[in-house]
Amino acid sequence: MTDQQTVAPPAPPEEPGTRSPRRSRGDGSHARNFSAGFLAKLVLVALVDALGVYGILTALAVESWGIVAFLALALVVVNWVYFSRRAVPGKYLVPGLLFLLVYQLFVMAYTGYVAFTNYGDGHNSTKSDAIESIAIQTETRVEGSPTLPVTVVRSGDELGFAIVQDGEVEVGTADEPFAPVDGASVDGDRATAVPGWEVLGFAGIAEDQEAITALRVPLSDDSADGSVRTQDGSTGYVYQPTLVYDPETDTFTDTATGETYTPSDSGNFVSEDGDRLTPGWRVGVGFDNFTRVFNDPRLTGPFLQITAWTFVFAALSVATTFALGLFLAIVFNDPRVRGRKVYRSLLILPYAFPGFLSALVWKGMLNPKFGYINEVLLGGADIPWLTDPWLAKVSILMVNLWLGFPYMFLVCTGALQSIPEDTIEAARIDGAGRMRILRSMTLPLLMISVAPLLISSFAFNFNNFTLIYMLTGGGPNFVGTPVVVGHTDILITMVYSVAFESGTKQYGLASALSILIFVVVGLIAWLGFRRTRTLEEI
Amino acid sequence: MRRSIPLTAAALGITLALAACSGSADPADTETSAGTDATASGTLTMWVDDTRINEMEPVVAAFTEETGVEVELVQKASGDIGKDFVAQVPTGEGPDIIVSAHDGLGEWVNNGVVAPIELGDKAADFSDSAIAGVTYDGKIYGTPISIENIALVRNNALLTETTATTFDELVAQAKGTGTPFSVLIQQGEASDPYHLYPLQTSFGAPVFEQSADGSYTDTLALGGPAGEAFAAYLAKLGTDKVLDLAIDGDKAKQAFLDGQAPYMITGPWNTSAFAEAGMDISVLPVPSAGGQPAQPFVGVQGVFISAKSENPVLANELVVNYLSTEAAQDMLFEEGGRMPANAASAAKVEDPILKGFNDAGSTGAPMPAIPAMSTVWAFWGATEAQIISGQAEPAGAWNTMVTNIQDAVDKV
Repeated sequence: MTDQQTVAPPAPPEEPGTRSPRRSRGDGSHARNFSAGFLAKLVLVALVDALGVYGILTALAVESWGIVAFLALALVVVNWVYFSRRAVPGKYLVPGLLFLLVYQLFVMAYTGYVAFTNYGDGHNSTKSDAIESIAIQTETRVEGSPTLPVTVVRSGDELGFAIVQDGEVEVGTADEPFAPVDGASVDGDRATAVPGWEVLGFAGIAEDQEAITALRVPLSDDSADGSVRTQDGSTGYVYQPTLVYDPETDTFTDTATGETYTPSDSGNFVSEDGDRLTPGWRVGVGFDNFTRVFNDPRLTGPFLQITAWTFVFAALSVATTFALGLFLAIVFNDPRVRGRKVYRSLLILPYAFPGFLSALVWKGMLNPKFGYINEVLLGGADIPWLTDPWLAKVSILMVNLWLGFPYMFLVCTGALQSIPEDTIEAARIDGAGRMRILRSMTLPLLMISVAPLLISSFAFNFNNFTLIYMLTGGGPNFVGTPVVVGHTDILITMVYSVAFESGTKQYGLASALSILIFVVVGLIAWLGFRRTRTLEEI
Repeated sequence: MRRSIPLTAAALGITLALAACSGSADPADTETSAGTDATASGTLTMWVDDTRINEMEPVVAAFTEETGVEVELVQKASGDIGKDFVAQVPTGEGPDIIVSAHDGLGEWVNNGVVAPIELGDKAADFSDSAIAGVTYDGKIYGTPISIENIALVRNNALLTETTATTFDELVAQAKGTGTPFSVLIQQGEASDPYHLYPLQTSFGAPVFEQSADGSYTDTLALGGPAGEAFAAYLAKLGTDKVLDLAIDGDKAKQAFLDGQAPYMITGPWNTSAFAEAGMDISVLPVPSAGGQPAQPFVGVQGVFISAKSENPVLANELVVNYLSTEAAQDMLFEEGGRMPANAASAAKVEDPILKGFNDAGSTGAPMPAIPAMSTVWAFWGATEAQIISGQAEPAGAWNTMVTNIQDAVDKV
């Protein structure tokens, strides 16, 4: 909902340079000047406001105060910007800024927040949810107790249960244990009418479900007898809690052994003996997630090996795709090549397919037994393209070359065409040979515009999750490592394996590791960009 | 943009109406709707996977007719149901009910997203293994609707009799037919521990120890001499080319359909395709490889209720009181053709194929639902793949795997 208010394109701004004398006299007020542009703006902003108000109401209904506050603020800003005369730059910037806020900054901040918590399996929600779940899970049916046909009854605001005991109707409420009532009518083993109480039918029960399922009617004055509850509004059972929560001391107590469970720093109720109750809840854990990759001996071994391969993979991917792309660009830039347009269009095809689809197709083609490459091209060879550690790495680089060269080809073609013909001509007249021109003229001029793209391509491949995940899934796996990762895993797929595929989902750890990867990539990109600035000084 | 005017107006109207509704606590209002009305209004959201949505549709339609409660079926990929259930229930956006295999139950309980139910006397209507599947820590969390396990499927066009008492004899008999494959067991780059489990248990190496009441403890039992013997056997099957990592589920199915193997170890989810192709098949128990009974995993499909459902009574009415009945399970069987979990419904099934699976599963072991199980899969498959492909020395790799799993389980 939060992005809705940014849907409106910036309303036609008033050109700053055209302040007419009439306006400067104050007659340009919107109250007197209903131009078509203003009406359009009015309608658009009204729509945005309506959406925003709808968002606020919806957020209010589910008590998401953060969203309410954000929407309210955003609406005020939008209205002020588009109706104020003084916020001309704002009219251009506000939609973009709002998108930036929602899709970039919020996501980054939230990832940062999660990285400092233990959010994951077993610590999935809030403390109050955990308390509620533990209470539900530890309430057990009293052994040997009967199944009770229950009639839900109401008097005013008070709900109660009516049951039939020894042919006599008894009614009880949350505060009053079951006690006989006179004059009630019974059908079989179920009470059908109780004087002083209104009997709820299925529809009536459906209207008050949560109150009815929360109702516990004590069986007798002695709480040890347990209490009756119903989950379907018609059948009741006698339950006895095995753990009782005390809100004052914030502890759970075992009714049988008297053992108490107190909340721990790691977000669980823990007994003195160290027994943990599940589920736990989300708590902050400081830098634990960040340091784990260096402290956990299970992670450190594969981590170094995978880091090395990640750098090799990213660097070689850029180098090979750039080399092939540049070569083809130079070839097809030569006017003597016939049918250049056709070739160029064909070469761009790999770029036009979605990457994950191509990776899957390649995976099928590289299957050692049934794949097209072994079966048809190599005449039934048995080459383990994806299951041999070294061949799998080669396969990955080859597939990435196929996927990536069209981009480099496009970029280089564009850059080549922007190199002025007369400078090359001048070099030729000065007696430079082909290689000399390429090395001293074309490449340096090309690099000015292409180098930043090479850096971004490196950053992209550093995190090229799709290719690795779809083609090899990181495999073939290392033999005997304490975490299941493989020879072709790069850092981001390792994070995925460790944080999600290892069985327990660890969002906190995953966020922390992805932040670490971001730092590495960011650092490399920064260094790279600093170097490219020197290129421009040619 | 233009469309959003009526939308917004409608949404505003609904919001206001809802606000007004929740405020109407005066008795006159409730008296008219409460009381004698047999039908109720309300909507339950139910997540179902693509293979079950068709059979579920008429069943919930009958429920709606009976009670007036609408059930909105949402189709999800079967692998996503459990995962999204854990992620979405805490936000309040989750479904009321999910239909899923029981093996995620431990994780759901551990995350507090599933509510226990009370089947009461109805529990007696189900087979023990069905109830064992939906039970966690001594509490029942769902209504079982169907039971599934793998077994040995024979192509009667190639072989008509199976006298083999051991898996080796079976392979030898199958190889006698001269087909490209002998006994198809689907693999993949990460092997397939689920389909290999009958062989593993026949060596006496179940994945976890079971306590007296049949529930699993998180003590690993797949190591030791029994595990090493199974690992060595896997390596042998790998060198004999009985097992091949290149043959994944689709390829195994296609090969069997093409008559390239007399036997295949697979589940009932594939047999309908075999029947549609006009194949004559029989379903048999898997012969033992290591001397002890070959026990497949028995999976229970159950219906589970969210711990944060806003319609707990309606959800219980559907799950506990309706879907557990013989009539409802009969209907599910008619539409979907899966072995019902309700014993009375199951007794009526006459299909020899389904009965074959049922017989093969009668000695099976319930798939462990404890959270530790989810840690096991990745190590298990990776190691089996390395043993089958000859990358790792069997006994050593198997023992390393046991140590690694134990480390990972202790870490949880």
